[in-house]
Amino acid sequence: MSMTITEKILARAAGRDEVKPGDNIWVNADILLTHDVCGPGTIGVFKREFGEDAAVWSREGVVIIPDHYIFTKDVKAHRNIDILREFVQAQDLPYYYDPGTANYKGVCHVAMPQEGHVRPGEVIFGTDSHTCTHGALGAFATGIGNTDAGFVMGTGKLLIKVPETLRFTLNGQLQKGVTAKDIILRAIGDVGVDGATYCAMEFDGDGIEGLTIEDRMTICNMAIEAGGKNGIIASDDKAEAYVRARTDKPFTPLYSDPDSPVREHRTYDLSELVPCVAEPNLPDKYAVAADRTEVKLTRAYIGSCTGGKISDFIMAAQILKGRKVSVDTFLVPATQEVAEGLMSEHVDGQSLVEIFADADCLDIAPPSCAACLGGPLDTFGRANTDEVVISTTNRNFIGRMGSKQAQIYLASPYTAAASAVAGHIADPREFL
Amino acid sequence: MSDAAPVISGKVYVVGDNIDTDQIIPAQHLNLVPTIPEEYKILGSYALIGLPDDYPPFVEEGQMETAFPIVIAGRNFGCGSSREHAPLSLGAAGLKAVVAESYARIFFRNAVATGELYPMESQVRLADLFKTGDEATLDIGGGTLTAADGTVYDLKPIGDVAPVVSAGGIFAYAREAGMIEDR
Repeated sequence: MSMTITEKILARAAGRDEVKPGDNIWVNADILLTHDVCGPGTIGVFKREFGEDAAVWSREGVVIIPDHYIFTKDVKAHRNIDILREFVQAQDLPYYYDPGTANYKGVCHVAMPQEGHVRPGEVIFGTDSHTCTHGALGAFATGIGNTDAGFVMGTGKLLIKVPETLRFTLNGQLQKGVTAKDIILRAIGDVGVDGATYCAMEFDGDGIEGLTIEDRMTICNMAIEAGGKNGIIASDDKAEAYVRARTDKPFTPLYSDPDSPVREHRTYDLSELVPCVAEPNLPDKYAVAADRTEVKLTRAYIGSCTGGKISDFIMAAQILKGRKVSVDTFLVPATQEVAEGLMSEHVDGQSLVEIFADADCLDIAPPSCAACLGGPLDTFGRANTDEVVISTTNRNFIGRMGSKQAQIYLASPYTAAASAVAGHIADPREFL
Repeated sequence: MSDAAPVISGKVYVVGDNIDTDQIIPAQHLNLVPTIPEEYKILGSYALIGLPDDYPPFVEEGQMETAFPIVIAGRNFGCGSSREHAPLSLGAAGLKAVVAESYARIFFRNAVATGELYPMESQVRLADLFKTGDEATLDIGGGTLTAADGTVYDLKPIGDVAPVVSAGGIFAYAREAGMIEDR
């Protein structure tokens, strides 16, 4: 039977020769990811159901990356990290990245691939909806709740439904100034915020080759914003080299059969895409950036698992070099590695940190999820009033970045940086 | 949920489309750990506090529980985050069931896995036919919602998750199926 990459990965993880969409199957997990917001509850479920002294199903399978509420005075946030520490120590878990130490990473979805925890053909469950990011390296990766995560923690298995697939074939090359973020915002705009509900969003086509691994992460990261169960791009030489540079663990990639049936197939000529935004308050409110220049902004935000990778900051720096921002511009590198990259990477001979300082951006924050999801009241960049924000993050729901009165426009780092300079939404191609 | 499927009567609270998890439980309250009993209760007091200000309160200020046992919603209820705090906060507030046109995948799954509330699906757009405060009777087993004037609305069968729901959630189901040992 002809199968998609998602079906093949799930079939293998279920020990079956084949599966079809709609089948409910028990699959074996390779990785369970959790963080400080959902980890304590997951641990609570695990202990309640398996016993205080139960051992996790696999010490190497559990990856815990605190990232949400790190740089806050919130007492419970600190308590929650202490719960993680105590559990990690009791279970002797090797993959824990502790805040306040040299081992701290930052945003889990950027740290996961950086640390070699994402491998083609594997199954990753995470207590975070943006776990779908990891499909960028040809893995099946999806977000789950604490109860399911507690189950995986104890058994290494989960009962899941095999999703139908929506296939997006990306052909050609993006124009200068147009990015992976513009691809995924366009795709979400086309299918709608529930257009991929319960489905895999598979991206293929000759345009994939020209996308970096970080571009692919940006695309798969936002599959959930169309309701997708997972986003996935089959691995290629570039992806496999990226993974091999980060882990010695063997892996066996899988690929869609060319004629594998899907529920829906859309084809995009990447050269026709343009810089865009998603208007408040849903990620599918697609608008061409050049058509929204009347929208005045009060701040710009560059960060998160979607838009806080080193490539995102390089794009922002290309725009901001030699210019000044006209609104408060918040920069939050996703991980420590990205933060270091801001010093070591250069655009036209100037380091990113210097470019951002010269452009009058606010002081760069330490890596974490920060204001992407609002968070505790003292979170860096939190929109506490009726701010109008252009942001490289993933969600623009009412109250997402803090105040219900704030308005959030989602955009690429190019568009966010150009708009920060202009003080209104702007087409970045005029700045490159 | 392992009890016989209940019949729930009371006032309904009506919301629109795409009620996301940030509206159900804003992120500033995710410092609460739902498996700590007192924090679970506090989560309930914040349920749906992220809705726009023109909605009436779902939980009155100073109260821990809601006067509404049933939420009626439009499409894509619970979209966004995987935070299990969302169905848990609704359940902690005393909500018994949501009747929506459709659900986001993770919210639906979390509602079932926790056994916290019944995620029922309507066949027609009930959010336009009911207003907050209307009385209704929801028959989970019979799959109907009956309005105060006696109009009966058939709901969709609960479907593939029925065995999991009947067993009382993912752990009970797995124990029945022999996947994990009895406690």
